[in-house]
This record gives sequence, C-alpha cells and structure tokens, in this order.
Amino acid sequence: MTLVQHVLHKYPAVGRDNLIPILQEIQTAEGYLSKKSILEVGRYLDIPASKIFGVATFYNQFRFEPFGVNHVQVCRGTACHVLGSSTVLQELEKHLKVKAGQTTRDGQFSIEVVACIGACGLAPVICVNGEFHAKVTAQSIKEIVDQYKNRGE
Amino acid sequence: MDFTININNKSLVASRGETILEVMNRNGIRVPTLCHIKNALPTGACRMCVVEDNKTGKLITSCSFPAEPGMSILTHSPRVVESRKTIIELLLSNHPDDCLYCVRNKNCELQDLSEELHVTERRIRGVKNRANLDLSSASIVRDPEKCILCGRCVYVCEEVMGVACIDFINRGNKSIIGTAFHQGLNTSSCINCGQCVMVCPTGALTEKNHFAQIQEALNNPTKRVVVQYAPSITVSMAEELGIEPGIDINGILNAALRKVGFDHIFDSSFSADLTIMEESAELIHRIQNGGVLPMITSCCPGWVKYAEEFAPEFLPNLSSCKSPQQMMGAIIKSHFATQENLKPEEIFSVSIMPCTAKKFEAQREEMTREGISDVDAVLTTRELTKFLKLFGVDMFNIKPELVDSPLGFRSTAGKLFGASGGVMEAAIRTAYHSITGKEMVEFQVPAIRGFEGRKEIKININGLELGVAVVNGMANAKVLLDEIREGKNDVQFIEIMACPGGCIGGGGQHIGTSDEQLKARMNALYRIDETERIKVSHKNPEIVELYQDFLGKPLGHKSHELLHTHYHEREVVK
Ligand code: SF4
Ligand code: SF4
Ligand code: SF4
Ligand code: FES
Ligand code: FES
Repeated sequence: MTLVQHVLHKYPAVGRDNLIPILQEIQTAEGYLSKKSILEVGRYLDIPASKIFGVATFYNQFRFEPFGVNHVQVCRGTACHVLGSSTVLQELEKHLKVKAGQTTRDGQFSIEVVACIGACGLAPVICVNGEFHAKVTAQSIKEIVDQYKNRGE
Repeated sequence: MDFTININNKSLVASRGETILEVMNRNGIRVPTLCHIKNALPTGACRMCVVEDNKTGKLITSCSFPAEPGMSILTHSPRVVESRKTIIELLLSNHPDDCLYCVRNKNCELQDLSEELHVTERRIRGVKNRANLDLSSASIVRDPEKCILCGRCVYVCEEVMGVACIDFINRGNKSIIGTAFHQGLNTSSCINCGQCVMVCPTGALTEKNHFAQIQEALNNPTKRVVVQYAPSITVSMAEELGIEPGIDINGILNAALRKVGFDHIFDSSFSADLTIMEESAELIHRIQNGGVLPMITSCCPGWVKYAEEFAPEFLPNLSSCKSPQQMMGAIIKSHFATQENLKPEEIFSVSIMPCTAKKFEAQREEMTREGISDVDAVLTTRELTKFLKLFGVDMFNIKPELVDSPLGFRSTAGKLFGASGGVMEAAIRTAYHSITGKEMVEFQVPAIRGFEGRKEIKININGLELGVAVVNGMANAKVLLDEIREGKNDVQFIEIMACPGGCIGGGGQHIGTSDEQLKARMNALYRIDETERIKVSHKNPEIVELYQDFLGKPLGHKSHELLHTHYHEREVVK
C-alpha cells in the first residue's frame, strides 16, 4: 500500500468533508502534495483535480513541491516583520530564483514562510534545516544560504 | 403564496421563494449582475446587483436575497449607484485595458457596465493583473489577465458540462481561474465545448483564431480554397447581424462566401445526410448482428472527448461514423480532389461551425490521412461575422446565391442536425426506410424535439421496437450513462450533444444569445423541414449519386477508409 492509500483508507470514500484532513495527513507524511497524490485523492473521493487544487491553493499551509536538500524557513511573524523580514524574503527569493513555497530546480533549496517561530528577540529570524539564524539582513541572507550550498556538496 | 413588496415606492406583487432580482426583472426594472446565472444557486460574490433596503439602510444583493412581505427597496438610490460604480472601478483598476486589441471589444459586459455607470475617469489605480496566456488548447484561449472572477465559467463547466476542469485557484488578490497544477488546458479534461466562452463577460475566454491561415491560403494562387458550413449556421447568424432571430440566410451566406473568394462552397448538411446513410446502416447492422448496443452518436467532438476521458467503457458504443465536418473534409480531399484534378495538399479546406470543439476535432490525428488534415481551418459563427467584415462584404446589399453542386444539395433531415434530436430524427427516417422499404407516413417525431435536456421514446419499425434517447448538455448525458452503467437496458440508440439545445446553442455561436433567440433558431430548422420537399437523407439526389459514382454502398470499403474511425481512451488530468 502506498502512503497515500494508507491515509485514504482511514476515511470513507466519496465526498468533500474529509478533503482538508486528508491533504494535511498526506503533506505530513510526504512533505508536500504531489500531483500524483492529488489525483489519487480525487479518484478516491470522486472530486475533480481542479477542485482539489483550488482548495489546496486556498490555504497557505500546502506546498506542491518537495522540500529541497536545504529547507529555509523565513519567519513572517510580527516582530520579524517590523524589523524587515519582507525585504529579507524578497532578497532570498531573488537570490535563489524561486518563490516561497517552491523548490529550486536543482533541488538544493526550498523556501517556506512561517508564522512566529518564538525567537522574536533575535528578529528577523530564519531557520535552515532546523538551525536558527538571528538578525538576518538583506545582505547576510545570501551568505547564509550560500554556506549551506557548499556544505551540501 | 403572494404578497406585496415596495420597490422604488411602487407596490409590486411577489411570491414566496422569489428573489428580489426576479421580482424586479418581472417588472421591467433592470439591475446589473455579474456573477448571477439563471437557475443556479446564487453566490452573492460580485455585489454588482446590490439594492438598498429602505428600512435598515443596508445594501443587499438582490440576486440572492429572497423577497419578503413588507420590504421596501430602492434600486437606484445614490448609495446604490455609487457602490456599483465603485465595484466596476475596482474591477477596472487591475484590468489590462486592452479593449482596442480585444476580441470582445464592443461586446463586453465590463465595457457596458462602465458606460452604464458613467465611469469616466480612473479614480482607483491598482497593479495590473499578471498571468500567462494559455494558448495550449486547440479550441480555447484563456487570458486570465482579463478575468474579473465572476465564476460563471466554473459553474458552467462543472454543472452544465459535468467536466470541471477549471476552478478558482489561490486566494485573495492572487485568485485566478485556472486548471489543476496550472497546466495547459490541453492536458486537462476540457472537452473544448466553448460553453465557458459563451458565459464569459469579458475577453478572458475566447476561441483559437484561424484567420491568418485562411487569409494566407486565399492569397496563395496554388491553393484551391473551399468552405463548408454547418447546418445551424444559416439560422444562427441573424443575431450577429442584428436582424430578427431565426431568419435563414442561406443564399446570402453563399453569395458572401463567394465574395470573400472561396472557390467552392459546400454545405455540411449534405455530409450530415451522408452521416445518416452510414450511421443508420451501422445501427441496423449492429442490431441484426448482435453488435454493441446502445449505439451512441459520435458527431459531437465535445461528447467524443468526454467519452475518451470519462466514459472509455462506452467507446465501443460510439458510432464509428465521422462527424459531418470530417466526412465532408474527407470527401473533399479524395473524391472532389480527383474530379478537379487536384492533389489533396493543393486544397485548403475551411469549415464554418457553431462550435469551438470542431477546431479540436479538425486537428485530431484520426482526421488526417498521410499527414494531411481533412479540414485545415475552422471558423465559428462569431468569427465568420468578423471575417466577412475583414473582406468588406456588405451582408445587407447582396443577392442570394445557390450552394455549389455536387456535394452541396441537402435534405431537410441533414439540416435538422443543428438542433438536439435532429440526428436521431434523421436517422430514424432513413433506418425506417432501410428496414421496411417504405417511407414513414409522418416524418416528424415531436417527442424528441425541443430543449428538454433528455428525451426518450420507443419507436416501432415493423415490429422492431427501438428505444431511443436524446440528451443535450453533457451533465445530462452523464446521468444517462450512469443509469446504463447500473443496468438500464431499454435504449438501443442514443444521440448525445454536449451543448444545451444542440449545436444551435453551440460554444461558437453569438455571445449573449437569449432563450427566445435559441427557440427561434430551432423553429427555423423545423420550418425548413416542414416546407421543403426532400425530407430524408436517402432521397438526396446528390447522396445517391455519390454512392453510385464513388462510395458504392454504406459501410462499404470506401466508406470505411474515408468516413469511419475509432477512438481511444485518453489520459488527462481530471
Ligand atoms: S470549453 Fe467546455 S469543458 Fe472546456 S473549460 Fe470551457 S466549459 Fe469547460
Ligand atoms: S474567465 Fe470569464 S467567466 Fe470565467 S471567471 Fe473570469 S471573467 Fe468570469
Ligand atoms: S453540441 Fe454541437 S456545438 Fe456543442 S460541442 Fe457538440 S458539436 Fe459542438
Ligand atoms: S516574529 Fe519572527 S520569531 Fe517571532
Ligand atoms: S450578481 Fe448578485 S452578487 Fe453578483
């Protein structure tokens, strides 16, 4: 049984009621919602793929690409926002040439936007593969991620 | 239960369950709407239809609010008008403002509303919508930048066509109408019916245009450019020309097409007759030889694609006959080519169709022989009007002319193809004759005429009882197919047309066609059937001649090579 089938069998077939919990479980298990799993959910619940995609893109929590080797979480909580996290995010997106929610072509980096990660004193904060980086600036962000690039190789 | 409500200080009768909008419309009060669709559950999304509740001072959406006893409503108070105007200004604030280059210029609800609400300056400036043009489909072009998110296309695609290949994607100011995974429409389950185009208020949904190819061919001295037009075209152009609906402009159309420079004019109603010869023979063959039943018509490319995607188990039930467009195309590039001493590639074959799906059909692999398409370009009814303008044809000062012959004469049975039930009626007439050797006493079969989404009757031919069903609107077909899946077995022959009402309501027709206009088109076809003499395909002298000179007999060797095909299951995102 595939992971997706495993999740699906916990829920009754056909109907929209359990769509969100199912998508959440699949995302937790696989890290993202693949095209394949969305189609499989659609067949199981008898919901067109466009509808599921519509629902899933409505919520920020779902991503449609697997994480990169290095996963960068950018805090967009209030404290970080006040201290310039939006510029940090912009710079990061420019530098990696992908948007939040996406993964670079080479699979090295993915960006995720998260709510307050409880380190407001260090704002703006980013977290790469679980490691925190404090007081990030539009300049330092590039150096930080580049370190990981070299480390991965 | 009736009661009165007060609208603009006039007392009006309303009944329970009616919306305020319905009461207003019944009484000649017009309030603009955008997201509202007749007979659909209101979403209240656009707020264009707001009116003022005089008692509470609140603005309420008239399309979704039920009329209540004692209500007092103002439809055009300053607040209401200002609020509507703001909505339009907001919609315009991120709109591309491409009107001069837009197919829907002068036929756009957004333009109309901004005129109606007297928007004369740009008060709100927003960031323009940015989204990719989707040119992937052979039939439909999607330009999400022009979309105002009214949601009508989503409704029609899901509820009327049962396809649901597009939906609202993302949220808030990032919302767009799109396909699953943002893929091109060509990889989705879209059946190319064009019904979404018919309801789109703006130029966000249009058809794939073939003008350039046709113009090039017309200017190429080495090409013989021929044209055919579908049965419904001559009775559905009136609205495009602004004349009384239901007028048959047959002769004028012939003359106009000659003025444009087409070398030869064919009538697809002739090949509809040909389809009937083949299809009725196939039906009888299936019945007599234990073939797969029910047999289902296959002249609607919207339905064919639907079957390939959603009902592949019914593909053996599909008649192997090509559609009239494709039969005509095949005959043109074979028999006609030989007669005229031309190679197939020297002919450029255009068809005028009420249908966007025909554009897809024309480029299907099954419809080419040795790499040459039987039909090279397709114009919709809407496009035809523009095309004629491009060539300066004045439709009002032109004398009717006859279609070219041979391969142009039609029976009225072929003409009936334009309306739901028409293929069935034509097939019954010829099948009856093949089985009994006699003509029917009464040709008309009223029970399968009209706009009903599903019509079913039993026909008795010499003791052979035939259950026939006619459905239009893909969603209605879905219900019938489900019943058959569950064991329904009292039908042997089914006609399926994807579009509501059949091709007179096709996705390539005049935008903004009303129910009355549709009815007028249908009646025009019935009138032709009543007044003309040759009412059966097998009596069409040019059909008889074609079989004598070229095809031999229905289902014969030549027919199989040119007029029949098979379809296969199709993998799409669905
Ligand atoms: S053409 Fe028909 S099937 Fe395709 S998106 Fe439009 S309504 Fe849906
Ligand atoms: S594409 Fe057209 S019909 Fe569909 S939501 Fe946009 S404006 Fe409305
Ligand atoms: S019903 Fe007619 S107009 Fe509509 S998709 Fe089918 S062939 Fe085209
Ligand atoms: S807001 Fe960023 S860590 Fe709290
Ligand atoms: S038409 Fe009433 S809310 Fe859109």
